[in-house]
Order: sequence, then C-alpha cells, then structure tokens
Amino acid sequence: MPVRPTAALTPLVALALAASALTACGGGSGSDPDTVKISFKQSTDNSIKVMDTYLADIKKQFEKAHPGKKVELVPIKAPDSEYYTKLQQMLRSPKTAPDLVYEDTFLINSDITSGYLKPLDPYLAKWPDWDKFIDTAKTAAKGEDGKTYGVPDGTDTRGLWFDKDIFKKAGLPADWQPKTWNDILTAARTIKRKAPDTIPLNIYTGKPVGEAATMQTFEMLLYGTNDGTTDPLYDKSGKKWIAGGQGFKDALSFVETVYKEKLGPDVSDALDPNVMTRVRGEWLPQGKLGIALDGSWLPQDWLPGSGHEWPEWSEELGLAAMPTQNGQAPGKVSMSGGWTWSIPAKAGNPDLAFEFITTMQTKANAQKWYVANSGIAVREDVAKDPAYATAQPGTEFFTDLVANTHYRPAYPAYPKVSVAIQEAMEGVTTGDTSVDEAASGYTDALKDATDNQVVER
Amino acid sequence: MTTTAPHPQPTKSLRDTRPARGPRGPLRVLPLTPAIVLLLLFLAGPIAYCVYIAFTDLQLTGQAQETFVGLDNFTRAFGDEAFLNAVWLTLVFTVLSSLIGQNTLGLALAALMQRASKPVRTLTGGIVVTAWVLPEVVAGFLLYAFFRREGTLNAILDWLHLPSQNWLFTLPILAVSFANVWRGTAFSMLVYSAALNEIPQEITEAAEVDGAGGWRRLWHITLPMIRRSIGTNLMLNTLQTLSVFGLIWVMTRGGPGGKSQTLPLFMYEQAFQNSLIGYGTAVALLLLLVGSLFSLVYLRLLRTEV
Repeated sequence: MPVRPTAALTPLVALALAASALTACGGGSGSDPDTVKISFKQSTDNSIKVMDTYLADIKKQFEKAHPGKKVELVPIKAPDSEYYTKLQQMLRSPKTAPDLVYEDTFLINSDITSGYLKPLDPYLAKWPDWDKFIDTAKTAAKGEDGKTYGVPDGTDTRGLWFDKDIFKKAGLPADWQPKTWNDILTAARTIKRKAPDTIPLNIYTGKPVGEAATMQTFEMLLYGTNDGTTDPLYDKSGKKWIAGGQGFKDALSFVETVYKEKLGPDVSDALDPNVMTRVRGEWLPQGKLGIALDGSWLPQDWLPGSGHEWPEWSEELGLAAMPTQNGQAPGKVSMSGGWTWSIPAKAGNPDLAFEFITTMQTKANAQKWYVANSGIAVREDVAKDPAYATAQPGTEFFTDLVANTHYRPAYPAYPKVSVAIQEAMEGVTTGDTSVDEAASGYTDALKDATDNQVVER
Repeated sequence: MTTTAPHPQPTKSLRDTRPARGPRGPLRVLPLTPAIVLLLLFLAGPIAYCVYIAFTDLQLTGQAQETFVGLDNFTRAFGDEAFLNAVWLTLVFTVLSSLIGQNTLGLALAALMQRASKPVRTLTGGIVVTAWVLPEVVAGFLLYAFFRREGTLNAILDWLHLPSQNWLFTLPILAVSFANVWRGTAFSMLVYSAALNEIPQEITEAAEVDGAGGWRRLWHITLPMIRRSIGTNLMLNTLQTLSVFGLIWVMTRGGPGGKSQTLPLFMYEQAFQNSLIGYGTAVALLLLLVGSLFSLVYLRLLRTEV
C-alpha cells in the first residue's frame, strides 16, 4: 500500500511547529526599544503596597517626561531568599533579563562576579546628583574591580525596640539605654520575673528566617565584640574569612543564654519561618514582647494604609541603641544593608533604565521614598532636610546610628557564610550543640564555603 | 485448589497470519517522527543538560564561568552529613507514609468499603478523595494548622486532658509523614477498590464454603489476586512520595535543624538557596537513582509467581 501523500506532511508540520516553538523561546526580539522593564520585590503581605504605589507614581512622571516611552513594572512576589533565586534565573539570559532590577546589597557582589550586572560608572560620571550620596552608601554597590554597579535607594540601621508598658510593669526605666550585653540580659530576666505572660526578648535565630538571623542578631552581637575598627568576619587585607574565634563564641553564647534561660520566644516559635511577621504584626503591636532587636524599617508595617495601622507605636515603644559587649568604645553597634537599583548586563534598554533611576532619585522623589518605606537617607541633602528628619518618629534615632554602623563583607562567598552562621545559631538555640561545637562546625563550613580561604584569629 | 484468573487468549498466532501491510522501509517510522522529535527536544534535551550540569560546579551566582569537575559533586554528597541525613529521612518518610501508611490504609479502606452500605461508601470516598484533590500547598497549610502549637490536634489533646506539644518541632518527620498519608491514601483506595471489584464473587464464596475464615481468605485469595495492583500501586505511591516537596516545605521547611529535610528539600536548599546548581543537580540524579532502585524491587515483586 502506498503511503498517503499527506502522511509525509505530518513530520514536516511537526518539525515546523517544533522549530517555531523553539524560536519563540529562543529568538524573539527580547525587548521593545521603547519599553523599560523593571523588576522589583513585591511584599508577600498583600496589604503592603508601599513599593507598588511609589513605582506607579515614578512611572507616571517618567512617561510624562519621555513621550512615547513606556514603563512595564514586573513585580516578583516572594520572600527574600526566593526573590534572589528568581532574579538570578532571570538575569542569566537576555530573553528574561529586565532593564532595571532591585538588588539587595547582600548579594550584589555575588551577582557582579557572575557578570549579571552592568557597571554604571559612565552614567554616574555624567550625573551631578551622584555627588550628593554619602560615601559609605556609594561603596555598598561597588564590585571588587572598583566599579559601581548600583544606585542605593536608602539604607537601614538596627537597634533595640522595647515596650514601655511592659517595662513599667517590670520596674524598668522608660528611657532605658543598656550599656553592655549584660544590661540587656538583666532587663530580660527582670521582665521574665515580673511580667511572666510576655516574651522578654526576641532575637532572630536559625535557618528558617535566613539572613535576618545572621544580620539582625548575630552580626549585631559579633561586631560589638572587638574595638569596632576591624571586621570580625573578614580580613580585608589578607582577603580571608576569619574562623570562629572568641568573639564568635561570645556572640553564640548570648544566643544560647537567651533560649536556654527561656528569655526569648518558645524555641519552636523562634524557628517558625513566619516569626518575623509575627514580631511586627502581632507580638509588638499587641504588647506581648518586651524587647526586640530589629531593624529601622518596622514602622512601615504600621503606617496608615498598611492594613495594620499602629500610629501610637511611637508612644508605646522606646528605642535604644545596641551596646557593645562590655561597653567598650564606641559604645554602640549597628549594621546596615539596603537595596540598590542596578542594570543587568543583558538588559535591552540600559540607557532608558538609567534615565528611570535618575527620575527615582531626584531629591523630592528620594525623600518621598525614604519616608514611605521608613528608610534611612543616603543622600546628604535629604538627611539634612528637617522635613525628612521629623516626618516620622524614629527617623532621627536611626539616622544617628549611621555613624556607628557596619556593612557586611558582601563578597561572593557571603551568602554561604551566612547560612553557616545560621546553622551554628540554630544548634545552640535548640541545645543540640554546645557553643564550642557550633563554633568549630562553623569553621569547617566556612572552609568548605570559601575554598579554604580562612584565617584563625 | 487452583484459583487462576482467566487469561486472555494468546494473540501470537493471530499476528503471524496477518497479511503484510505496505512497504517495510524507513517510511514506516515517518508517522512517529513528530513524537520522537518532540520527545527528544523537550524531554531528552533537558534531561541530558541536567546530567551534564551534575558534573560541573555551576552556580546560580558568584561565578563567571562553570568548570567540569567530574565526579566531585557525587563524592562530596557521600561525604556530606546533611546529604546522608536527607537520604535516611527520605527512606523513613517513604516507608512510613507510602509503604505502610498510604498503601495499607488504602487497602483497608477499600476492603471495608466493599462491605459498607452505599451512603457510608459515598461519604467515606468523598472525604478521602477531597484530601487528594486539594493542591499540595493547600493541604500543607491545613496540616500546618492542624499540627502547630495552637493547632487543632493540641486543642483535641487538651480537651482530653492529654499532654500537648508542638508536633512540627518535636516529631517533624512523623508529622509530615502523617500529612502525606492523609493526602495520598485516596489514590491507593481507588486502585484497590477497582482491584477488589475484579475478584469474581464465586471464588470468594467457594472459599467460604470450604470453611476459610476472613484472614485466610485475605491471605490466600484476595492478596494473591490483587498482587499486580499492589505492585503498581506501591510503585506509583513510592515515586510520588519520593518527590514530595511542597507539603514538607509549607509545614516545616525541612526543619528544625534538618530533622525533616528529605532529599527534594535538601536539593532545593543546595541549588537555590546556596546557589550550588551543579551540586543540587547531582543530588537530584541520586534521588532518581533511589527511585529507580525502589522501582526495580517492585518490578521484581510483580514478576514472581505466588
């Protein structure tokens, strides 16, 4: 029987189909020259629209000033750790790379090393506003090659928040300012005794909360164990990571003490991935938590329109700087991070993307953003503006901490180092490992994560 | 007593006498080409790429160019305590929730439903199937709410004046295994219901007349007759259970301290949280190996005559 003439067509059609499917995902023009695609991190809390609202406003300004150009906002709705992953996958290919991305300074060096980002120096040289940015912030997005890969849109600092009501019940002062770690533990023990139905002190710990445990808790402790002039995690001159030494163990001991003496939340709550949401959405507003070691951005969850407004927070909560271990100079510790706007190496419209950055970073727009997200200004002109300093309670306090703040050694190995720290913390939190075991476990993990670029101190 | 199921007539002779149809040339494969091309493109392609990646040190970030590292990822896995822990937990999870839980419970439910009245049957079936139809993440949240410290289970225990605890913290692997049983039993139940319905009534009756009790009938008649269904069901269950991710992720994220971190979660952590795509892919291949080992065992079981 002869083959029907149409039968031969079938594979041809199929091949054509497959080929067109392939080109659809393989070719494509990538991006439209008149559209700027902007990826940003959308809050996982549906009631928080701070970023969305702000970007919608800038989009309107930009489209008005650039007739014929369009802005396409591409929100990525994910918790921090998954946001990075998603973003990195998008940055790998010109087909998916947006024109502008929101990068955490935590990972920026890692992404620079991967070749995902474009150096902005040629643009910055021609942009007069760049001189207005404070120097520490300018270095936040600098690669090891000395080039700058991002424009920071603010920073953050960290300190102690405390509930004045609980303090009153425990007989502690309303203008509490601890001088040493011991002062914090003493206050927590007092609260435990006098206000037993509350959680005395919250410090984030373990892998479930990720970087928050490393930065908000561990590094806030660790950077207060030495004289405040050298980095206790990374030796910049030798380009080596520092093994778990005495300061490291002291910081771990603090965490161990908090959970062993039950001064913190129940361990099972502390290791619940949702604990961060509970601290700011439930424990603090409902007066269930005595002291919280947390970041300057907390009030953005309590602003009008956020879904859980709490305008009285500034009456009910007090603020104190995190002290150094034994009160040694400079007396206070803070850590800073923040996010930057960066242009992917594979972006289709880098010039327009930079135009968009400059629109976001006019003085008026930058100020609007710092206020809207409870951020700390990185532009000197804004920081000096009384309208900014008094816009929100707490802004002045956290801006002052910038003088004593530290930036993380955000080199490519840092994300893995951070996980190793979280594992050490989790071990002492659950009581599965002793401080010494956890510290030596950290040193082993550190060697593994950094290709043995480790030095003992 | 011989109780062989009726076999279909052998078809071999039929096929031999069939007249030859058309030329036996290469054109015969033509109609299959589209399917083969598509399979190669969309199935074999990515798999081959994955196998390649498993032998490189590809990272999601922090690296300009990946290099070929040979078996490094695999040797690293076997020296990695967290990996061995994940293998062990995966076996515990699979044996508890699939082999023992879903499979046995599914058979028991199917057997009980054979005898139940219609309304009872409909109701039970409805409830069990609902658990199965729910998306994995939704089921995860439901069971998280059930097991958490302020959850339903502890409320019930309190009411009975029994000690309560945070199950997700104290017994995480047991809690997620239970969750998987809860979610997946329906499938086994449906498979076994169908299999039990296939057993001819007269055989069971004949055994009853011969004086065989319930257990004897189960052991000597029911189980041998549904042997093939058992094998198929075990294989499907196991493969499905080996790849459970969403349920555990939602309930415990593999914690606390890796106490419920099965291989899929370990792989996710390495590949996407630690950015080690190469290592993560190697772990995925090892997971594939575990799955095929289980499959081989079941295939063996299917082949042997009872």
